[in-house]
Amino acid sequence: MSFLTVTFAALYYAATVLLVVGLARRIRLYWKTPAPLKIPTTPAPTSTGGVVMRMFREVVFFESLFKSTKWTWLFGWLFHLGLFAVLFRHLRYFQEPVWAPVVWVSPLFKYLAFAMIIGLLGLLARRLFVDRVRYISAPSDFLMLFLLIGIGATGALTTFVTHTDVVAVKSFFRHLMTFNFDTMPNVPTDPLMVAHLGLVVVLMIVFPISKLLHAPGVFFSPTRNQVDNPREQRHIADWARKLEQ
Amino acid sequence: MAKADFEIPELKEYPEIPPVQPGATAGLKSFVAKPEMQDALGFPGELVDGWQEKAIEHMGELLGKYRSLQVFLDSCVKCGACTDKCHYYLGTSDPKNMPVARQDLLRKVYRRYFTFAGKYFPKLVGATDLNKEVLDDWYSYFHQCSQCRRCSVFCPYGIDTAEISMAAREIMDRIGLGQKYCNEIIGKVYKIGNNLGLPGPALEDTLEGLEEDVFDETGVEVKYPLDKKGADVLLVTPSADFFAEPHVDGLIGYGKVFHEAGIDWTLSTTASEAANFGMFIGSYENMRKISMRIREAALELGVKRIIFGECGHAWRVAYSFLNTLAGPWDFLDKNYPMPQHILEFTWGEIQKGTLNIDKSLNDDMVVTFHDSCNVARASRMGDEPGGQFTIPRNVIKAVCNNFVDMDPDTTHEKTFCCGGGGGLLTDDLMEIRVKGAKPRMEALRNVIEEHGVTNMAAICAICKAQFTKVLPYYGLGMDMIVSVHQLVSNAVILTGQQTEEDESKEDDAA
Ligand code: HEM
Ligand code: HEM
Ligand code: SF4
Ligand code: SF4
Repeated sequence: MSFLTVTFAALYYAATVLLVVGLARRIRLYWKTPAPLKIPTTPAPTSTGGVVMRMFREVVFFESLFKSTKWTWLFGWLFHLGLFAVLFRHLRYFQEPVWAPVVWVSPLFKYLAFAMIIGLLGLLARRLFVDRVRYISAPSDFLMLFLLIGIGATGALTTFVTHTDVVAVKSFFRHLMTFNFDTMPNVPTDPLMVAHLGLVVVLMIVFPISKLLHAPGVFFSPTRNQVDNPREQRHIADWARKLEQ
Repeated sequence: MAKADFEIPELKEYPEIPPVQPGATAGLKSFVAKPEMQDALGFPGELVDGWQEKAIEHMGELLGKYRSLQVFLDSCVKCGACTDKCHYYLGTSDPKNMPVARQDLLRKVYRRYFTFAGKYFPKLVGATDLNKEVLDDWYSYFHQCSQCRRCSVFCPYGIDTAEISMAAREIMDRIGLGQKYCNEIIGKVYKIGNNLGLPGPALEDTLEGLEEDVFDETGVEVKYPLDKKGADVLLVTPSADFFAEPHVDGLIGYGKVFHEAGIDWTLSTTASEAANFGMFIGSYENMRKISMRIREAALELGVKRIIFGECGHAWRVAYSFLNTLAGPWDFLDKNYPMPQHILEFTWGEIQKGTLNIDKSLNDDMVVTFHDSCNVARASRMGDEPGGQFTIPRNVIKAVCNNFVDMDPDTTHEKTFCCGGGGGLLTDDLMEIRVKGAKPRMEALRNVIEEHGVTNMAAICAICKAQFTKVLPYYGLGMDMIVSVHQLVSNAVILTGQQTEEDESKEDDAA
């Protein structure tokens, strides 16, 4: 095994642990922290089913963002659409045998990489040129966009221009996943693929300690996930109940 | 036009988003609470020694108590969608009045002390130590937020800056840096029973005066009872209703509706205040204590129902929190929602046909309606989502012939705050109040010019007081603002009332 292969193997194990443990701890924290008062942004659904629909519209269509600014919505939605299409297509590097729907959509979904990159560039332009958005941006907000553009660009260049030994990449990850180090192949050494894999490690590590926590966060947002029924049901947190004694 | 020692924003036909002007309102600070006001609420009198550590400690405690705070501080992606949604930013151009930047005042400290990235890479993620400068900004800008929740409507994660402002104010109170306006008022509620410090005998006088006025005007004996044991309904209304214009005309209206509906009702001296400023300062304990007065009054008087008068944030606390804070309300009549809004009640009576209404009595007005933020975005009326928009409009339309809505980007859940909510209704913040009213004034002026609107109806004591003060700065008459129940009062013809009603009666069988 090459030095590069060993390094990547170690990095991916470490990054996976950090990602999974980090996210799990964060989600647990959100779960455990009480929401002592009913604060849905009204008009809000009056049933759990309604809340599920509201959340669905938020997560899938970015409903509130759409009401808010059309440009941000357009670029943001393109980016996320592309991102999830690409990630879905990526399942084929990890599954054996590959799930049929992944095979079917693969030839088509690869073009959605462009939606992802165009979306990211649009969001970057907004961050640079709209004075209000520039004012609220920290260096990390730019770096996050650069990181994702980097991942997208190296990936797309590999797919559409230079190509890499996809079989070797897949085999490497299958071996990692099954903890089988005997027949582990070396990862390809073309710079684009090395950069792609390297940047993905960074993304995995920063995920649970950055604003990417918006992905789990949205589901825990009390203004969006609460049912509007405070007159019908008493809603009291444990710490608040103690005040009654 | 009213005189001001600051620049009054120019109203545009189409709303404009101003370019950022850092520091524009940094120096605008409301008066700090005096030690005795702090004491009355159980907060330290002045900035304590070691306030930095104490503030961080309190922040940690609040993070563990409020999921909203924890999730909101983590989740913002700085997408900027909220940046042009706050009336205070639109009116002042100060970037720290953009909701996300306001949150960031707290978030940058949160990151510094509570997150890995902020502990080890503060510059990268914009984290900072809590120092005097940051505290100054906190005091300025968390008292330039009316907790109106407009930003939360537009944020993709529903991040509600009101929650952040409340937490920040709670932290400041606990290190001895309270705001005079809110804390002094809460003290009065504890001592006397209402925000205005009106003692029982004064209330009694006022209510007798109202009975005489209504009798002189209509020849009907409408009662405005106080502390009447065994009454069916306890009315809890903001204390401004007892004397200020146009609020008191609303109170007259409630009384007429109860009278016609044949309801045995009462006000209470100890719960002579619907407002609950405990919410503004983010203090669950104080909010609860203020709410408990209503429970105690209801038990003592033995009422079966509780109805709230026209007040925005009071209705939020009543509708959304009262069951939690002071429930369960199992001793009340189960057939009615607990609590009920006076508009729900009046709309019910209108539908039943108990009220004899002559709409033409309001024909001298073309009315528009200002949705109060706390009613619009933090509560409901009726059984359907959005009842808080339809019920007030239905009532207005049932008593007025001429009604026009303002630009839909400024009504319903997108309504703009009056500029004086959330504990900002104080003279020492007049500049921010006038500037924050700009978007509403713009929308109002447009309907005045296009549709000849003469009056704007509101259902909130703060809105009414704020507009009365602020309209003149924009060259508009302060008496434009009316209570919704004032309109009802104008149009209701009491049973036995002597009028020239006979001809007009047929007009509105509806
Ligand atoms: C439940 C899944 C998710 C939802 C509902 C969601 C939603 C959103 C929304 C509404 C925005 C704001 C609009 C915009 O700027 O695009 C946003 C921003 C962002 N999201 Fe997500 N997201 C999700 C998952 C992810 C994941 C998995 C990633 C990263 C790999 C990600 C990366 C980002 C980034 C970097 C931004 C900021 C873009 C900027 O700088 O303007 N999101 N997300
Ligand atoms: C361990 C994780 C990953 C592996 C092993 C991986 C591997 C690959 C490989 C081998 C390709 C080239 C495919 C070809 O030549 O046909 C590729 C393309 C691509 N990758 Fe990744 N990648 C990973 C994670 C990611 C992530 C997290 C993103 C996005 C944030 C991403 C975005 C892309 C894009 C946009 C392309 C081009 C379009 C496509 O082929 O679907 N990759 N990736
Ligand atoms: S809209 Fe929400 S996520 Fe976007 S910047 Fe404002 S607070 Fe942050
Ligand atoms: S709650 Fe209202 S006042 Fe406060 S930041 Fe949001 S929009 Fe502005």
